[in-house]
Parts: sequence; C-alpha cells; structure tokens
Amino acid sequence: MSLFVDIQKDLGDFHLAVRLDTDAPITGLLGASGCGKSLTLRCIAGVCRPDRGRIVLNGRVLFDSEAHIDLPPQQRRVGYLFQHYALFPTMTVAENIRCGAHHRGPRAEQDRIVREMVDRLQLQGLEKLRPAQLSGGQAQRVALARMLAAQPEILLLDEPFSALDAHLRDQLQPRLRELLRTVGRQAVLVTHSRDEAYRLCSTLCILDGGRVLRTGPTKEVFADPRSVAAARLTGCKNLAAARRAGDFAVEVPAWGVRLQTARPVPESLCAVGLRAHYFNPRTAVNRFAVVPAGEMEEPFEWCLLFRYGGQAADSAPLWWRMPKDKKPAVMPAQLGIAPENVLLLTE
Amino acid sequence: MDWFPLYNSLRIAVLSSVVVFFTGIGAAYYAARLPRLVKGVLDAVLTLPMVLPPTVVGYLLLLVFGNRRPVGQWLAGLDIHFVMTWYGGVLAAAVVAFPLMYRTARGAFESFDPTLAQAGQTLGLSGSFIFWRIRMPACRQGILAGVVLAFARALGEYGATSMLIGYTPGRTATISTTVYQLWRTGDDAGALFWVGVNLIISAAVLLTVNLLERPAKGGAR
Repeated sequence: MSLFVDIQKDLGDFHLAVRLDTDAPITGLLGASGCGKSLTLRCIAGVCRPDRGRIVLNGRVLFDSEAHIDLPPQQRRVGYLFQHYALFPTMTVAENIRCGAHHRGPRAEQDRIVREMVDRLQLQGLEKLRPAQLSGGQAQRVALARMLAAQPEILLLDEPFSALDAHLRDQLQPRLRELLRTVGRQAVLVTHSRDEAYRLCSTLCILDGGRVLRTGPTKEVFADPRSVAAARLTGCKNLAAARRAGDFAVEVPAWGVRLQTARPVPESLCAVGLRAHYFNPRTAVNRFAVVPAGEMEEPFEWCLLFRYGGQAADSAPLWWRMPKDKKPAVMPAQLGIAPENVLLLTE
Repeated sequence: MDWFPLYNSLRIAVLSSVVVFFTGIGAAYYAARLPRLVKGVLDAVLTLPMVLPPTVVGYLLLLVFGNRRPVGQWLAGLDIHFVMTWYGGVLAAAVVAFPLMYRTARGAFESFDPTLAQAGQTLGLSGSFIFWRIRMPACRQGILAGVVLAFARALGEYGATSMLIGYTPGRTATISTTVYQLWRTGDDAGALFWVGVNLIISAAVLLTVNLLERPAKGGAR
C-alpha cells in the first residue's frame, strides 16, 4: 500500500501545490473548505487534471506530466466516494451496485457480486428502491457497495459524513472504520472535522490555501501542529502572536505573560497556542493571575473565559474547558499550564 | 377527401424531430464543454433560426440549396433536391425547430450533476454508457420537452417551408400551406377542416407530454 502525490495546479487566484507520500491504512486530509483537499482527491481519481506533477499508486504511475502519462479514471482502479454519494438517480440500488461490477465477468457473476455487496453492507430489501427513496445512511452504504464492487486499489472518501446529521455521523464512523479494516485497502479521507480525522485516520495531512502544512502520525500532529493554521484546524482555541525570549521561553505581548516551554524555541517562532483543556490551577509553572471574563455551558463541559492579569480589557479572552463535574465553585485567582502544553507555532 | 397534407405534415414533423433530436443533443453536449466566449458565439449562431422571421430562414436556405447555387448544384449531382420536394420540407422544419431542441437540451445538460459522470468514470464505465444510461435518463424531462417543442414547431412550420418547397398538392402540400391556399382561394370550409385537424394533433401531443411528465412514483424525497 503506497500512494505518492506531488502535483501542482493553477486555478486563477488559487494555486494548488500538494506533496503527499503515505502508506498508512487511512490518511486524513484535514483543512478548511476551499483549501484544495477535494481538488487533490479529484486529481488522484483522474476526474481533474493537474498542471504538473506525478501521482504513483502502488508503484503504478497514474499521472506524470513529464512522461506525458495521464491514465483516464477508468484505468486508475481508484474508488471515489462523493460527498453527496453521486448515486445514479434513474437506476435502482441493485443497478447502481452492478455499475461497479460491470467489468467483472458475465451477468451471473455480476449478480453474485451485487448480492455479496448487498449482504456485506446490509442493504437487504432495498435492492429495488431508487436513490431518492433512501435515507442518508442507506445512500452512503449503497455508494460504498458500488465503489467496493469495482475492487479499487485505493478508496478516496470525500467528506463521507457531511451529508448526514450529527447523530448518524457518530453512529456510522466506527462502522466505516471497521469496513475499511476488513476491506484491507488503503484509504484517503477528506474532512474538515478534527474529531473525524482523529477518530479515523492514523496519518494526517493538514492543508491550508492549497499547500501541505504538516504531515505525520495523527497524534503527533495534534501534539505539535507547528503552524497557526494547523493549530486552529486541530481545534486550538487560544492563539496569540509571540516572540522568542530564550531557548525555553516565549514572550506573549497580547496576554502580558512569559511562558516556559518544554521544547527548544525555534528562531522562526511567531505565535503560541494553549489548548483550552490544559489549564490547571494546581500547576505551579506558567502560573499567572487571571481575571474572569464570563462562562459558557456546553452539553457536557463548562467553558470558563478569562483574561490574564496583564492583558488589555478589550482583547479577546482565553478559553478554559473542563468536564462538568470538574468546574470550580469560584474562578481560581491563578491558572498554570504545563510547559509541554505550550504549542510553538511558526508562520 | 385528400389526406395527403396530413400525411406529409406528419412525416415532415416526425423526420425533422428525429434529425433535430440527434443534432440538437450533440450540439448541446459539445457546446456545454466549450470555453465561455466560443460558447457565446456558437450559442448566438445556433439560436438565430428561432428569432429570424421564417421567411428569412427560407430565403437563406434558398441561397445555399437553390438549384443554381454551388451547394445545390453539387447535391443535384447526387440527385438530391431540397427545393420543391417533400424532404426539403424536412430540412426547412429541422432548421427552424433546431434551436428549441438545442436550448432545452443544453439547459438540461447544464443542470446535470457532474459528479454523476465522474462517479461513472471512476467505476470504469465507458463514455457512451455514461452518456446514454446516466446522463440522458437524468436529463429526460428536459430532452422530452425539447423534442415536443421541436415537433410542435415543425408541425406548424409555414414560412421557411413555403419558400423552399412551395405548395404542390399531392407532392409538397402540408397542413399549414394547405390552410393558407384554401383560405386564399375562398374555400373557408376546407380551411376550417384542416385547422381542426391541426388543433387535434397539437392538443393530443401536449396532452401526451403532460401524462409522460408526471413524476415517477416515489420520485420526490
């Protein structure tokens, strides 16, 4: 299992330049909308043509602008799950799935594959329905069945859960992960949800403005996102410009604090991030006076807003999040944060 | 009773609808992929026959296919004469009805979800399968509307037809040219009869379409 992508494409005011080399079972492409993650997926599938570059799947060259190789999508053996599933509206569920199996032998064999896929994705009883009669979850299963019937070498999933409501999304994520595990093919999943990325993907690639900001094992990327945009995409709430104040110290003028760090501070440092869950009144390091600035109740958590003592009163407050049963009766006078939880960000 | 005008009108309308079905869909399909500027120019040219007076279209057709014109002479060498023949009527009706098919088909193709075709490609389906089994069925409402409009327009064609093939009873007479001829010669009863025939055909066509267009069972989410 290996996918190598190094492509560029100019679209007027948008420039895509993505480099990705992965052999992870599930690679996540995480980015805000319009960052080029779906475009990258479409280029891999061959339904969109990069200006320059190379795409190699399991040693097979799909695209190489210098060698003038550009396999049509039909020959790439790439499965694509579209955001809204792209089921053929005039065909039944069974006919849709058969479209994936059309090249796999005589009609009897195709029938067998359709039945196999219907069983595997629990579509019994839906065979004769049309896509418009299906629920969102059923439509997703039909699209998966159709894609798997074609026996692709790699599965490209374009925001597979965005068309579903939150409850269904949470139910289907573990099922999809299980399905992908049993299929045993490499998958690339495009998402703008950090939860989805964290739950499903072993490797994460963060995109912003058409560029790859960071690629690495998912947990490492969350622990050390390295750039402001990546920190924001992985859900870091408290971000501020900062400057180097020593090998293990940073100065944050907007918050009026000087923080100790666990990692050496790079010369190119330009900002720091503090995750909302990591503040602790009992932590002795990086402990500063705080002024309450309001609170917000969430379904299962509390969010306390505060400003540092030296912070301007009209500047944006910081977020401190905790489980409901951990909420202090009164806002502590001082809050600390462990040096290893100070995210050092460049660019 | 001479039923020739009915027979002639129907064969001209049916044949020109068939011609327009393929040429209109073909033009719409390729026009939808062209760059904006080229598409605009082509669009204007292809839509002209709809906005020009039919007599002007007839005149232009005579300019091209007239017996003394180069194209007309070349076709005459192949024993094809579009002037004063019934199949010249097919040409005239097709040219006039073409923009109706082209524009409605183009509208249908433009509202077609491109991810359906892309999904077909990634599944390994051929271009012709995607066109005939996925794109056309998904656009059938618009295509059908175009065919009906083109058929109705071809059936009612008078101006270009009368210029190109004239009025010869038993050879080139259509319902519309017959109505004019009978009225001009004072045969009001005859004219009224053919007006009635025309009304019945047109009403029947429109009614059929309405029945066909009723949404399929369970078509709405």
